[in-house]
Amino acid sequence: MRTLRDSWDYLTTGANWGGSEGMWHLLVQQLLITFTALAVAMAIGLSIALWLGHLGRAGFLAVNVTNIGRAVPTFALLAILVTLNHPGTAELGPYGRAGLATLIALMLFALPPIFTNAYVAVREVAAPVKESAIGMGMTGSQRFWRVELPLAMPLVVSGVRLALVQVWATATIAALVAGPGLGTLITAGFYRTDYPKGIAAAFVVAVVAFVLEVGCALLERAVDPNRKGTATRLGPTRPRVTSGVGA
Amino acid sequence: MPVTLLVGDGISIQPSCYSRLVNKWYCNDYLKDRHHDLTSALGQHLEITAWSLLLGVAIAFPLALLARRLPRLQGLIVGASTMIYTIPSLALFPFLVPFTGLSMKTVVIGLALYALTILVRSMLAGLLGVPDEVRESAIGLGYGRTRLLFRIELPLALPVMMAGLRVATVSTVALTTVGTLVSYGGLGNLIRDGVQNDFKAEILAASVLCVVLAVALDAVIVGCQWLATPWTHRRRVT
Repeated sequence: MRTLRDSWDYLTTGANWGGSEGMWHLLVQQLLITFTALAVAMAIGLSIALWLGHLGRAGFLAVNVTNIGRAVPTFALLAILVTLNHPGTAELGPYGRAGLATLIALMLFALPPIFTNAYVAVREVAAPVKESAIGMGMTGSQRFWRVELPLAMPLVVSGVRLALVQVWATATIAALVAGPGLGTLITAGFYRTDYPKGIAAAFVVAVVAFVLEVGCALLERAVDPNRKGTATRLGPTRPRVTSGVGA
Repeated sequence: MPVTLLVGDGISIQPSCYSRLVNKWYCNDYLKDRHHDLTSALGQHLEITAWSLLLGVAIAFPLALLARRLPRLQGLIVGASTMIYTIPSLALFPFLVPFTGLSMKTVVIGLALYALTILVRSMLAGLLGVPDEVRESAIGLGYGRTRLLFRIELPLALPVMMAGLRVATVSTVALTTVGTLVSYGGLGNLIRDGVQNDFKAEILAASVLCVVLAVALDAVIVGCQWLATPWTHRRRVT
């Protein structure tokens, strides 16, 4: 119990939040890493997955990518990237020590959920809807932008949400290989048997994870075209893709 | 830079491929000389994964049964387990340490809590997927609650449950590496040691073993499922 009270004291002491080693700095750093990795993964994953989904091809690829991605521990991937000459542990601007290695590992980690959900979402838009769009004389790109994408949106966003929360959680692991982020406080707390510090940082990480999760859930509801008005669901039915690794 | 080590009598000895001077990613000598390290880490990895999954199943099964019996609790149980899932594993261990100390228990409990989310969902989905007609005809045939559960519902729910178990197993194997924070990470301990000492052969060997273990356990579960559900692949008699 004393450890927990000390952790609370650590959290409520202003000095622990400020400065270049403070929690604010590390929190912002980890958020920056998370969103950069997610943005890159979205740029790559979404464009390919939505396109393939529109064409309705390469379904086996989507499934296999996710399955293989699950089996590779992010920690192992990080360790290998950090030990290579490039990217290694080089500083990368605001991303801190081993910034590039962390970004690459997290980006690869975010790809499977984004890719699979986006692919399935576009692929499984109800066939009658697609057919009537063709019947109305819509071109391929019109069908994609006006019909398939809006209907696929909820599932696409849920994939991004899954990836966001997982990437945030996994970003803490970077500290095990001397990387950036709030994880550094957790590992430092352990190795120097300063548990209150580790627990305090863990608490902050958990709270942010929860806030991200809830925020995304609200966003997901906001973009669902089926929520307002029409009673029948035209898009693909919900949870098709089970969640992956929450590291 | 070619390096030769001169020993007293002038015979030069080639440094082994995992020495600091060569430090290759793949090194047969390392696998040969240090296989005790690798097997003991693999053993610990397997032990942690197995206990976590057993504990996860032991908690998830009653919860799934409870959630099915009392639909009101369903949202609560699924919601609470999802909330645990959002806590990063590296952040979960510090919360457990004041109670369990730096022991294997910390890692096992943490990982079991993760597996719980996936397991509860799949078990519940499996049980809810049993058709009502089947359940009703079994009751009509005089099946009691327990016999209904074990003879009718569980076998029918097995494929969906096993799918959940596979996902849980593969992710637990991967997550076990993070247990190195409290020095019980199986192969993760070797990976961390490798990073700290810039020991490439160790990192690669441990990483590859990790993936191999995940794939092997997945195959074992698929095999068990095949054996446990003979009706899915028995030749149809016309």
